[in-house]
Amino acid sequence: MGNVLSNYDILGAFWGTILLSIFGTIGSLILGTIVAVLRLSPVKVFQWLGTWYVNTFRNTPLTLLMVFSVLGMTYILGINLDPTDIKGNAFRWAVVMLSIYHGAFICEALRSGVNTVPAGQAEAARAMGLTFGQSMRHVLLPQAFRGAIAPIGSTIIALVKNTTVAVVVGVAEAANLMSVVIENEGSSIGVFLVFAIGFVILTLPLGLLFTSLSRRLAVKR
Amino acid sequence: MSTQSVLFDAPGPRARRRHAILAVVGVAVALAALYFVLRKMQAANQLQGFMWKPFVTDRAVWRDYLLPGLWGTVKAALISIVLAGVFGLVFGIGRLSTVAPVRWVSSVVVEFFRAVPVLIMMIFAFGVYTRSHVFADALNPLAAVVTGLTLYNGSVIAELVRSGVHALPAGQGEAGLSIGLTPGQVLRSIQLPQALTAMLPALIGQFVTILKDSALGYQVLYSSELLSQSKTLGSNFANTVPAYIVAAILFITMNYLLSRLAVYVERRLSRRGRTTLHATGPVLGDADQEPAPPVSAGSAGLGR
Repeated sequence: MGNVLSNYDILGAFWGTILLSIFGTIGSLILGTIVAVLRLSPVKVFQWLGTWYVNTFRNTPLTLLMVFSVLGMTYILGINLDPTDIKGNAFRWAVVMLSIYHGAFICEALRSGVNTVPAGQAEAARAMGLTFGQSMRHVLLPQAFRGAIAPIGSTIIALVKNTTVAVVVGVAEAANLMSVVIENEGSSIGVFLVFAIGFVILTLPLGLLFTSLSRRLAVKR
Repeated sequence: MSTQSVLFDAPGPRARRRHAILAVVGVAVALAALYFVLRKMQAANQLQGFMWKPFVTDRAVWRDYLLPGLWGTVKAALISIVLAGVFGLVFGIGRLSTVAPVRWVSSVVVEFFRAVPVLIMMIFAFGVYTRSHVFADALNPLAAVVTGLTLYNGSVIAELVRSGVHALPAGQGEAGLSIGLTPGQVLRSIQLPQALTAMLPALIGQFVTILKDSALGYQVLYSSELLSQSKTLGSNFANTVPAYIVAAILFITMNYLLSRLAVYVERRLSRRGRTTLHATGPVLGDADQEPAPPVSAGSAGLGR
């Protein structure tokens, strides 16, 4: 088993997974924040746009987005994100689709954080004579972010696992290498465990981190 | 003051004017984006009538591709939710057991399968089934999809069972114990029935996840699933882009309606004064953190 796997670059494959996760997380946090601002804004049109985004992308399979990114976007619509390299194009599209898909979940996480703030907090801030900016900065947003930590953590963990979906467009990451190994060497429990434990190593610390963060920063009510 | 949002005051005249301007800007940006997309599609010749017409005029499109695809997706999801329910019940109860080793084993199983991506399990299961011939060869892809979905979603359901029981008022269990029931009887006849009702909205939300994840069958050659079918449709009718868009609309409609159903069930239950677990509630690792937040690594509806 050990010598079989030494023929393959397992760490390299997981490095691909990690890169996808990092870029995907950054992208989805940016997109999710924008959409959350839209959904929380007092302007009806913005709210509709935000709601449309969330309903659309939360209900579409990530697999479909990935497949469409290369077969549809690149081959037919001609939107190539890296004209010099097929692999680079697939990788960049995978990051974009991970961001778009998980952005919808980040938006909902942020929104649920805002919803944990009782209306009395805003009313009290206003009654004290704080301006809009002051009550946002000192009263509402700090509480909202703390309330959003746990769901954001879950979303990021889900994103790490969902990077495997990039295998459908041939990005070099863990699930891709696993398919290759199984193709060549057969499907053994050892191969499965190596890759499964790789993901446990990636997601477990994240889970512990976010759980302790959300506990430590929890707003006592 | 009717706070529609905690963040903003009711708008005054100046704010209302500002909102109107922003609304116009918003509409303009949205229309510009739509125009850009349509122009891009036009430039790639994707708006031609012959590509879109078959969806309304040609019965074969629905009879031979989309409806079988929908059925393939729903079939895999239905089998998986039933098996995952059994798996979840067994290990959920296992984690609540008073026997420590049973609890440990259940915890390890649940945490492990929740941390491993569904696709990894599918690829592995597919590899095993193709070599071992446990199932008829034609059944291998479906079996692999169902295996992956069952293990992952079963663990999520196990967590739901556990957090459902923990979310009940402590008095329920204490009352049972004080009238002389054993812990097992308390769980069976008092806590589980209430927990399972409370789980219902979250369970429906989980079904959305399963439906979406069944599209992963694309990678293990489960060709009767909606995504694969629309790919075939796209190459046979030379309308790849429209085929994917229609498939996406089908997925979105199906899942959107299910999510609405979950919300409806949740409202109904809580109107009757029942504890509920939210369909899209945040869930991180610990259900012991009392009433509200059941959050798991995969978590109902979050990302997966």
